[in-house]
Amino acid sequence: MATQHSRSAARLMMAPAVVLLLGWMLIPLSMTVFFSFKKFLPMRGDSMANGLDWVGFDNYARFISSSAFWPSVQATLVLVGGVLLVTIVLGVALAMLLDQPMWGQGVVRILVIAPFFVMPTVSALVWKNLFMDPVNGFFAHVWRSVGATPIEWLSQASLPSLVLIVSWQWLPFATLILLTAFQSLDQEQLEAAEMDGARWPQRFVFIVLPHLSRAITVVLLIQTIFLLSIFAEIFVTTQGSFGTKTLTYLIYQRVLESQNVGLGSAGGVYAIILANIVAIFLMRIVGKNLDA
Amino acid sequence: MGQIQLNQVSKSFGKVEVIPPLDLTIEDGEFVVFVGPSGCGKSTLLRLIAGLEDVSGGHVLIDGRDATETVPARRGLAMVFQSYALYPHMSVRKNIAFPLRMAGMDKAEQDRRVENAASVLNLTDYLDRRPGQLSGGQRQRVAIGRAIVREPAAFLFDEPLSNLDAALRVGMRLEISELHKRLKTTMIYVTHDQVEAMTMADKIVVLQAGVIEQVGSPLELYQRPRNVFVAGFIGSPKMNLISGAEAAKHDAATIGIRPEHIEISQSEGTWKGTVGVSEHLGSDTFFHVQCNASSEPITVRATGELALHYGAEVWLTPRPEHLHRFDDKGLRIA
Repeated sequence: MATQHSRSAARLMMAPAVVLLLGWMLIPLSMTVFFSFKKFLPMRGDSMANGLDWVGFDNYARFISSSAFWPSVQATLVLVGGVLLVTIVLGVALAMLLDQPMWGQGVVRILVIAPFFVMPTVSALVWKNLFMDPVNGFFAHVWRSVGATPIEWLSQASLPSLVLIVSWQWLPFATLILLTAFQSLDQEQLEAAEMDGARWPQRFVFIVLPHLSRAITVVLLIQTIFLLSIFAEIFVTTQGSFGTKTLTYLIYQRVLESQNVGLGSAGGVYAIILANIVAIFLMRIVGKNLDA
Repeated sequence: MGQIQLNQVSKSFGKVEVIPPLDLTIEDGEFVVFVGPSGCGKSTLLRLIAGLEDVSGGHVLIDGRDATETVPARRGLAMVFQSYALYPHMSVRKNIAFPLRMAGMDKAEQDRRVENAASVLNLTDYLDRRPGQLSGGQRQRVAIGRAIVREPAAFLFDEPLSNLDAALRVGMRLEISELHKRLKTTMIYVTHDQVEAMTMADKIVVLQAGVIEQVGSPLELYQRPRNVFVAGFIGSPKMNLISGAEAAKHDAATIGIRPEHIEISQSEGTWKGTVGVSEHLGSDTFFHVQCNASSEPITVRATGELALHYGAEVWLTPRPEHLHRFDDKGLRIA
């Protein structure tokens, strides 16, 4: 029974967790906002102890007007968009295959999920060194075996290579969500459409895709949130060169390579705003799904 | 036109033969009901006719043409599914128009046919709703609407009323019967409910374990069941089946007598027994009477006025002209 007393006891017991979570989130957030309005170049002697100069929106203006900004936005969009496209198209195809009754279904399903358990840094290194290395990589051997010159994946096709690596990691997630959607598809609907004269492509477009649309939106939004903050894969492969400098990576470079905390923080605030716009859409759609 | 003929059609799933080779002819315009206990292969048989399952042997002829290898859409048959199988993301109008759209019919003709079907089925006010906003009976009508716009050679119904509540089921039963009278199109209807079978069918096909036990009009099946299975399956409450010494008196392995063909008396009769449970329906009362003649209680129908308390001693007399006799293989003795 929720009496006044037990309720206040519950609040008291939840307090440490709430305080911890709030602190974890609020302190970095307010510090980022604070730094974004300050000139803070630690290598030039700026420090919290000496007091930081207030520069207003200077950092925000400089972050956007920098020559690296728009290319980084473009790289982010290409990376996120590319990964979404690949994971959803292949995810639908894989989910359709896994939905078929077959021998060893359990084992195959576990194998399909496996990439999701590999740490991003590890998987990027494995791809870089074992597959994409232009001398010893697997792809180089394949190319040479047919007499072609091996591609230098990470420099000649840097963004597509990154899309490939990240897609490999996120494909299991998309496949799993879409597989459950497939399993909830009423077979009688497909049979009815077959009786109604719909051929397989038409059944796919008119029955299967509309049924999957909600699952696809959920995959789209959840992945977008995580893909916007892709970092490890870029860090261990191209280090942001060859046009792979995303917004996240640009912020990292501003703060740690250029040692300009104020400028990087302003970029961070831009990234927060961007992520929140996506999050609002996500919560609306998830909320709608819970209502239905 | 919609004559359907099955020649030695059989179906196996792996090594399990669910339908041994069978022959059946369904005449144009007939209302045929496949009835049998669950798992008897009646739905499978319907799906074989529809083309949703491939036959393992034999031929399906529609209007005299061999349709065994024809894809479902080209057989000219329309099916109404147990779950209705409506497309949830489309409006009622789009659901009904779907087969026409797939056939590439022009928009004006599509609209004309949809409006027509909707008015026949009282769906005009619901055309712009989604299936999720409709009641069970309305969904059922949309499913039927989607079937009739195609103007098929025959309708196939797969237990269409089993998801409806009892009152609605009686209503829909009438509506489907009326639809048949009006359209005069062949209908094949699968059900496990023998009341539906008796009330709707021109011809009933009783199936058990994939084998046709008997084909005939409802009254034929009721009055002259070909074997013990049909005798026990058709009719509600069930026919009383008695075997042993009492049956031997009539030179049969089993005798059957329907509840309404037994006289009940408190003074005299052939079989003496005691009244067990009585079921009062108002118009009739069914007494379950425990007799020495039979190991199972015998069900007797009496008028609603007759009141007998539990344990009362009664005498039962079967009317000899209504006695069904079956031999040791379960077949009717003429």
